[in-house]
Amino acid sequence: MTDLYDAQRAMRNMRKAALQRGVIAILDVGTSKIACLVLRFDGDSFTGGDGVGPLAGQSSFRVIGAATTRSRGVRFGEIEAMAETERAIRTAVQAAQKMAQTRVDHVIACFSGGQPRSYGLAGQVEVETDVVSEQDVARVLAASDVPDYGTHRDVLHAQPVNFALDHRSGLKDPRGQIGQDLAVDMHMLTVDSATIQNLLYAIKRCDLEVAGLASGAYVSGISALVEDEQELGAACVDMGGGATDVSIFMKKHMIFADSVRMGGDHVTSDIAMGLQIPLATAERIKTFYGGVVATGMDDREMIEIGGDSGDWDKDRRTVSRAELIGIIRPRVEEILEGVRDSLDAAGFEHLPSQQIVLTGGASQIPGLVTLAPKILGQNVRIGRPLRVQGLPQAATGAAFAASVGLCLFAAHPQDEWWDFEIPAERYPSRSLKRAVRWFKDNW
Amino acid sequence: MRPVDPSEFAKGPTEGGSARVSEAVARALRARRGDAGAHRPRDPAPSRTAYRMNRLWLTPSVRFFLRRVAPVLAVAGCAAIWFASEENRRAFTDTYAAAKFEIQNRPEFMVKLMAIDGASEGLAEEIREVTSIDFPISSFSLDLQEQLSRVEELDAVESAGLRVRAGGILQVDVKERVPAVVWRGSNGLTLLDAEGHRVAALESRLDRPDLPLIAGEGAEREVAQAIRLLKAARPLENRLRGLVRVGERRWDLVLDRDQVIMLPEKNPLGALAQVIAMDQAKDLLERDATHVDLRRPDRPTLRLTEAAVSEMERLRAIEMGVSFR
Repeated sequence: MTDLYDAQRAMRNMRKAALQRGVIAILDVGTSKIACLVLRFDGDSFTGGDGVGPLAGQSSFRVIGAATTRSRGVRFGEIEAMAETERAIRTAVQAAQKMAQTRVDHVIACFSGGQPRSYGLAGQVEVETDVVSEQDVARVLAASDVPDYGTHRDVLHAQPVNFALDHRSGLKDPRGQIGQDLAVDMHMLTVDSATIQNLLYAIKRCDLEVAGLASGAYVSGISALVEDEQELGAACVDMGGGATDVSIFMKKHMIFADSVRMGGDHVTSDIAMGLQIPLATAERIKTFYGGVVATGMDDREMIEIGGDSGDWDKDRRTVSRAELIGIIRPRVEEILEGVRDSLDAAGFEHLPSQQIVLTGGASQIPGLVTLAPKILGQNVRIGRPLRVQGLPQAATGAAFAASVGLCLFAAHPQDEWWDFEIPAERYPSRSLKRAVRWFKDNW
Repeated sequence: MRPVDPSEFAKGPTEGGSARVSEAVARALRARRGDAGAHRPRDPAPSRTAYRMNRLWLTPSVRFFLRRVAPVLAVAGCAAIWFASEENRRAFTDTYAAAKFEIQNRPEFMVKLMAIDGASEGLAEEIREVTSIDFPISSFSLDLQEQLSRVEELDAVESAGLRVRAGGILQVDVKERVPAVVWRGSNGLTLLDAEGHRVAALESRLDRPDLPLIAGEGAEREVAQAIRLLKAARPLENRLRGLVRVGERRWDLVLDRDQVIMLPEKNPLGALAQVIAMDQAKDLLERDATHVDLRRPDRPTLRLTEAAVSEMERLRAIEMGVSFR
C-alpha cells in the first residue's frame, strides 16, 4: 500500500514539474478511440471577477493540440494487445504534438476498465491538542479502516469526502477548528492492478512519463456535471465504447463509481451479427441511421446494408430502419438496466437529488432521452462536456467528456489521501519530527 | 477527429451502375497487375523510430540547433575549409582588391582638377604645391581632411574649405590673411595681419612702404594695440617712423630726427593724445628734444639734445647776468 502511495506521490510531483514546464498531455485510452489533448498552462489564469468564480481552474490552461485515433487492442477499457495499443497511443500523441508544435513528456491518463470498486471508509481519532492540526488530519486519514480489497487490486482514488468534528459534520477543512473527536469519511476506488500496470507499461513504451492516473468515471463526471449538480448530488453515466461508467457526485466529491462492462461496441456487434454485415459497416449504419424509438416512418425507410461477397443478392440487401432499431434498443435497454442496477447498489434512490446525466459517445444515439427516463427515472438529461479554451469543435462532443474532465483534473486535482501529510508515527525512525515528538512526550 | 472515416466505406449505387461494382472491378484489375497490397490502408501508426525522431525534432533545443545554429555552422565550416588553403586566401584577397580598385576608379569617382577661389596668384601656387595631388585621382583615395589641414597650415590662409564639386573638380575656397603691419623681428622683416598672425616674410621694407613698421620683442603679440596707437598717431603721420615694443610691456613711438615718444604701460592712447595736444599747442615735437617721456603721464619729461642744453644754459646765464666762461 505504501508502494502505491509513493507511486501516487511521485506522479503528483511529476504533475507539478509538468505544470512548471507548462505543457502536459492528457490521454484518454478508450475502447473505441484514443484521444490525446496537449494543454499549455500559462501563468495568467483568470481568477474570477464580478460574480464569476475561478471556473474550477479550467481557465488556466489552453488546449493547443488535439488528436484522436481509432483505438486498437483495447477491450472493456482494458489493454488487451499491448503492441497495438502502444501504436494507437503513438499515433494519437504524435498527431497532437504535431498540432501543438511542441514536444510533450508528461501525460495524465484515464481509463474506464479494471472493474472499479468503491469503498466508503470511516476513521475517527481524538484531537491531540484542542485545535485540529495537519497532523491530526493525517492521523485520522491513517486511522480509517481500510477494507481488504484484494492483493491484485490498487487504489486509484482515495478522497476524503467529509470531515466531522464532535457532532458537527460536513466540514470541508477542519484545520484550526476546536474540538475533540475528528472523524473522516473517505471514498476509495480500487481497480485491477494488472490494468494499471499494462497502461503504465504502454505509456512508458511511448517515451512518456505518467504524471497522473484517473478513473474514467470520475473525470467524465467532473466535466459533464455542472457545478450545482456536483454540489447537490447527481449521477454521471459515461456510455463509452466498451464500458459504461457510472459515478455519483455529492458535495463536489465523487462518492461512488462503478463500471458496466457494456457499451456502444456491443450495439455495433449486435448489428453486425443480426444483419450479417462487417463491423465497419455496422458501425456506419449505427451512427447514420441508429435510434432507439421506432415510429411508423421508420418502417418505410430502407437502408442498404450491402456486403462484399460478390453475390448479387447478398450485396443488395436492405433493412428498414425499424428493424435496425429493433436490434439496437434491447442492447441499449440492457446497458441502462445495468446502470440502474449499479445505481441501486450504490443507494442512489436515497440521495436528495435524483439527477442523472448521460454522456459519452453512445449517449448520442437518437431517442435516448425518451428511453432513458423509463429505466433510470425522470431526471435524465444528455450532457456534453464543459467548454474549455482552445478545444477544437470536433472534440466538444459527448464522446470527449472524459478527455475534457481529465483536462480539468490536470489543472485542478482534488486532494487525495496521499496529498496530506504523513502521520508522524509512520515516519522513518530517523525523522527529526519524531525526535521532537519524543521530547515533547517525555518532558 | 472522427474515429470512423465515412470515406472508407463504399459509396451508394450511382446512375451509371454501382460504384461498388466498379471498385470490385478495379480491385480485380489491381490484383491481376500484381500490386494487390497497394489498396490496403497503410497502418497510420508511426514506427517507434519515426515517433522518436518526431519527438526529437519537436524538442525546442534540437529544433533551434538544427534550424539556426547548424546552418550557420555549416556555412562557416565550408568557408573555413576553403580559406584554409593559402592559394584560395590569396585568390580571394586579389579578387577583392581588384574589384575594389575597379569600382573606385570608375570615371564617376575621379577628380580631374583643382579650382582655387579667393587666393592670390602666389598663394594659389603655394596651395597647389602644398597639397601636391597629381590629377586625375579617385575621390576614395583623396583625404580631404588631411588636405584641408595642410592648406590651413599655410600662414597666408585664414580659413579654407575643401570639397569635391560635381564634374570631378576639387574646389578650394580660401580666405586670405590681409597684412596690416610690417614687423621687424630678430629674423628680419615679416608681414603680420591685424591679429598679429604671420602672413609672409618681406624682403625689403621698400616692398610695402604703405604699411606701418613695428619692432621690438613681443611686438607681434600686441599688433591690435599697435594699430590703435598708429591710428591715434595719424596727426604725426608724415614724421612717423614706427613703433617699438620695449621690454615686452610698453611702446615707444619713433619719429624722424630720432625723436622718441615713450608711452606708458597703462593707457598709452591717452598719453599719446596728450603729446599730440602738447605738440599742437606748443609745437613740442618741432623743438630740440630727443625724447618725450610720458612713462608717468602726470609728469611729462623732455630729454633735450646737447646743443639745446648748452643753448638753454647760455640763455639762462644771460638772464641771470653771469657767465660760465
